[in-house]
Amino acid sequence: MSPLLAIDGLSVHAGGQALVSDVSFSVAPGERLGLIGESGSGKSLTALAAIGLLADGLSASGSVLLDGRQVVGARDRDLVALRGTTAAVIFQEPLTALDPLMKIGRQVAEPVRRRARRDGRPADEKSVMREVMDLLDQVALPQPDRIAKSWPHEISGGQRQRAAIAMALACRPKLLIADEPTTALDVTTQAEILKLLGQLVRERNMALLFISHDLPVVASAADRVVVLRHGRIVEQGPVAKVFREPAHDYTQSLVAAARSFDDALEIAP
Amino acid sequence: MTDTRLIATSPEGRTRRSLTFTIGAVVVGLHLVIGLLTLFWAPYDPTAMSGGRLEAPSFAHLAGTDRLGRDLFTLIMIGSRIALIVGTGAVIIGAALGVTIGLLAAFASKTLDDVLAAGLDILIAFPTLLLAMLIVASSDGASLWTAVVAIGIANSAIVARLTRILAKRVLRMDYITAARISGTSWIRVVTIHILPNIWPTLLVNLALQFGLAVIAEASLSYLGLGAPPPNASWGRLLQEAQGTVYTAPFGAIAPGIALVSLVIGINLLADGLRDIGDPTRRRRR
Repeated sequence: MSPLLAIDGLSVHAGGQALVSDVSFSVAPGERLGLIGESGSGKSLTALAAIGLLADGLSASGSVLLDGRQVVGARDRDLVALRGTTAAVIFQEPLTALDPLMKIGRQVAEPVRRRARRDGRPADEKSVMREVMDLLDQVALPQPDRIAKSWPHEISGGQRQRAAIAMALACRPKLLIADEPTTALDVTTQAEILKLLGQLVRERNMALLFISHDLPVVASAADRVVVLRHGRIVEQGPVAKVFREPAHDYTQSLVAAARSFDDALEIAP
Repeated sequence: MTDTRLIATSPEGRTRRSLTFTIGAVVVGLHLVIGLLTLFWAPYDPTAMSGGRLEAPSFAHLAGTDRLGRDLFTLIMIGSRIALIVGTGAVIIGAALGVTIGLLAAFASKTLDDVLAAGLDILIAFPTLLLAMLIVASSDGASLWTAVVAIGIANSAIVARLTRILAKRVLRMDYITAARISGTSWIRVVTIHILPNIWPTLLVNLALQFGLAVIAEASLSYLGLGAPPPNASWGRLLQEAQGTVYTAPFGAIAPGIALVSLVIGINLLADGLRDIGDPTRRRRR
């Protein structure tokens, strides 16, 4: 099967400086890929370049094939349709991921309506609201009808993140990009969101590009992992193999750091 | 548990109105009613002598008479109408031009944005009044509408700069990126996300612009560049009362009170409107 996302020799430059250089990897349909590295290693930039959403002043070179179509150098107008049917993103900060002046229900309804129109399905108020309720239910939000009528500031951080996931699901993406989706949440909520993401990805056969600096989180969320450092790939392979026998010094130090932290927790009374 | 309680109180919060809003609405409403009333009725003919010269306030002449013996209260009532027309017109022109230019700059490429921002800064550095005087002077003579257009254009620079900054801040939010990724068009992003989010701040600023426009019109009239007679303007009343301010101070005080009350009323009204329009503020009261 041809990959859903094929990145080949991708570089991102800001002025004369290379922020990401010569990155190549691919994501197959339904595959869960973890993108790991310290902050500033180019994880998020790589993901944004993959869907052609680089900020002004940044330029990408190389090749990015998203669902078989070239993203690098494509015009924004052509990318809008491609993104809408192919990819969706969940962000780190659930507070800024939702419009503070729009009720949750209306907010989730936006992508539902857009997707329904694009697919030629009925987009009347009743069927849209039914799907919104269904989505809020799927992301395990309690009392969906009540949540739908709330403002973002009236629900908790975990609930906001679930609402953001519902919005991403409404796009019916083939590729879900999760950019540190659990970093801003407490540990319990983090575990719940990870479980929910894993379950949704499996049920809907979506591919997942999971970006994180947190080794244990990536280990549980991904099948394969790509390790980035200073904008370059230092190592990639199946999660179990990379974490058990890290080949590169940097990966070894990452794994060792995570392990000594775990050990310290176990020794503590 | 907390969540359900908060959600349950939100619908009531919407109908609750703040005290500032009420006071502002009453003051502005009064000016509006009086201004409209002058279209059909006034206590005296504003152009005719209705009493002695420079009379002190009495029941017959609530604000006294001016040096031509005209009833000042009648003139101030008509002044309300002129002030409201100028304020509304200038704010509509300022908002339409300013928001358009501001959004354009926020979305533009870096070079165009820099050019627009520099242009706006130069316009703002120019005193509003001077700019308005230039525009009035370059048109064929002063009229109510040249004053409105001149003040509106001067206002638009400030509105544009504010819109640009506010829109840029919203554009950096993740929900905009998420909307773009899911294929939302820019026009829709502007109408459903950007405008509602910048509106509360913009509204307060527009109210400020309204007040400034009323003052600017009074200043233009004071200088003889505003609406020509028979339009009564508070600024011209102030100018006419200048010579007799020691012998008949009420001629200057009365239009002054009218001017200040309208400007403060508009600002209170806008503060109240912002609180009502913003769901995160709404709940706290």
